[in-house]
Amino acid sequence: MSNKVIYAIYNDDDILMDAVKKTRAAHHHIEEVFSPFPVHGLDKAMGIPPTRLAICAFIYGLCGLSFGTWMMNYIMIQDWPQDIGGKPSFSYIENMPSFVPIMFEETVFFAAHLMVITFYMRSRLWPFKQAENPDVRTTDDHFLMEVAIHDNEEELVSFFQSTGAVEVKVIEKN
Amino acid sequence: MYTFSSKLKTFSFILMAVGLLGIGYGFFTAPKDIKAVETLLASESHGEHAAATAHEAVNSHEVAASTSGKSEVNEATEHKEHLEHVLHQLQNKPWAAFYVACIFFMLLSLGTLAFYAIQQVAQAGWSPVLFRVMQGITAYLPVGSVVFFVFLLLAGFHMNHIFIWLNEGITDPKSVDFDKIIAGKSGYLNFPFWILRATIFLLGWNAYRYFSRKNCLAQDESNDNSFYKKNFNISAMFLVFFIVSESIMSWDWIMSIDPHWSSTLFGWYVFASFFVSGITMIAMVTVYLKSRGYLQNVNTSHIHDLAKFMFGISVFWTYLWFSQFMLIWYANIPEEVTYFVTRIQVYNLPFFGAVVMNFLFPILILINTDFKRITWILVMAGIVILLGHYVDFFNMIMPGTVGGSWFIGVSEISSLAFFLGLFIFVVFTALTKVPLLPKRNPFIDESKHFHY
Repeated sequence: MSNKVIYAIYNDDDILMDAVKKTRAAHHHIEEVFSPFPVHGLDKAMGIPPTRLAICAFIYGLCGLSFGTWMMNYIMIQDWPQDIGGKPSFSYIENMPSFVPIMFEETVFFAAHLMVITFYMRSRLWPFKQAENPDVRTTDDHFLMEVAIHDNEEELVSFFQSTGAVEVKVIEKN
Repeated sequence: MYTFSSKLKTFSFILMAVGLLGIGYGFFTAPKDIKAVETLLASESHGEHAAATAHEAVNSHEVAASTSGKSEVNEATEHKEHLEHVLHQLQNKPWAAFYVACIFFMLLSLGTLAFYAIQQVAQAGWSPVLFRVMQGITAYLPVGSVVFFVFLLLAGFHMNHIFIWLNEGITDPKSVDFDKIIAGKSGYLNFPFWILRATIFLLGWNAYRYFSRKNCLAQDESNDNSFYKKNFNISAMFLVFFIVSESIMSWDWIMSIDPHWSSTLFGWYVFASFFVSGITMIAMVTVYLKSRGYLQNVNTSHIHDLAKFMFGISVFWTYLWFSQFMLIWYANIPEEVTYFVTRIQVYNLPFFGAVVMNFLFPILILINTDFKRITWILVMAGIVILLGHYVDFFNMIMPGTVGGSWFIGVSEISSLAFFLGLFIFVVFTALTKVPLLPKRNPFIDESKHFHY
């Protein structure tokens, strides 16, 4: 069994959106769409579930808040409660206003950085990573939809030609 | 066209009537003289309070004894002075309760007006379908301004002691009531100049509201965009006037209640408080009208945008609240810090409760995108935010007027009910006057199809 796929190439994002909707309506499974820029509404048209990155960021923020609170409490209150300029170091709450800037920044720092790292890991992005570009034009001005073939090569080719593709290629993938 | 539902109208009348009765009751039951206070305090002095006052009396006795030596005479005068102090606080109570509710609703509609002007100047593409709702809410501004102005006049004619710098003899070095600090500020804090500033500000805001609405209606019937451009220009001018007048207004009407204290970011702080209340009120009225089927062109994306503003400005308010508090707490300069010492010791629950209501609750509930579109969650968050900012104004005004004699009782709730009733009546009456959708606004089509 060969792993053949179709590359349907478009040069307009509106035509691409229509093609995606038609492909979904015809129940062909879209493997991937490559685009030079974000096309508004493409994820909805493809039926991709919403991202959970924001939920991650919220949890990371809570971790940062906890870390900031724990750190300031340990250093300033538990470990060595000095009298520094008359600030009350008897309990955390009494000196809390002076820790708020740190707690805030820790929250933002954790939320932002861990979310970005999560994004890199989930989308498999790192330095020296091999680029997965099927056609060099898709980074400039062309859009490419990839659909797998299961013994229906002619039907698919004619289907994609009817959707306004400027080029329909059949590629053997390994 | 909107028709004022008879149920809501009756509800607003009931609120006003009950409120008026309660306000009258508050004034009627306020003690008239020192004797009434003495019996009141005697009836109260069973529990802890008695111990506290006794302790206080002993302290002042000691101080008096060490300085003058005529302790017995001093004890009597101290007692009399204490009674007089409590008398003034209790006499202020119904006035201050009225003042808090009065200024809260007036500034709330001013906050809506500022939001409306910003939307015009920013050429926002999402909000034109909500302009008539905003104009409806700002219809309260003229009414609220009149009531508020009358209150300022009454204060000026010594009907109450809300503003202590208005007291007679306070700037006179020969008087027993002479206050050197206030006398030093009398070039700014004097009645004629103060009332003149109030007149200019109220007239300026109301003039903008009047002409902006007039132009908006004229734009509906016009063939070109000249009225739209006029509105753009006057909105930009209003915003410049607003930011100056708002800052001065906050010193005049709120900060001057504590004339020995000052804070530089106070104007912004007050602004954030009533701005977020105004935006929340827009959201509440929009959700109400939408639920009655009057705003077909308003979709969940519009509601979502309003909720984002509620969320963002709530955080902005907190930022200013904390900045003001933390800077003064950190430096701990005695003449500044008394402001917060009173609030933390005497107003602990309202002071920190306001932060919970205006920050913690909204940030946890409105951070979720889906929640911002769910009506009941939005209404719940809105009610908490509005109540929270009422408490915020309460915290700003009460400690300087009634001090330790504060209580959220008949006077406070009735005043709030009266102004809420008046607000509902005026706003929804104004909404019946014109169509709820502007016709020829250049951005109206974009706004109708706004989708986020």
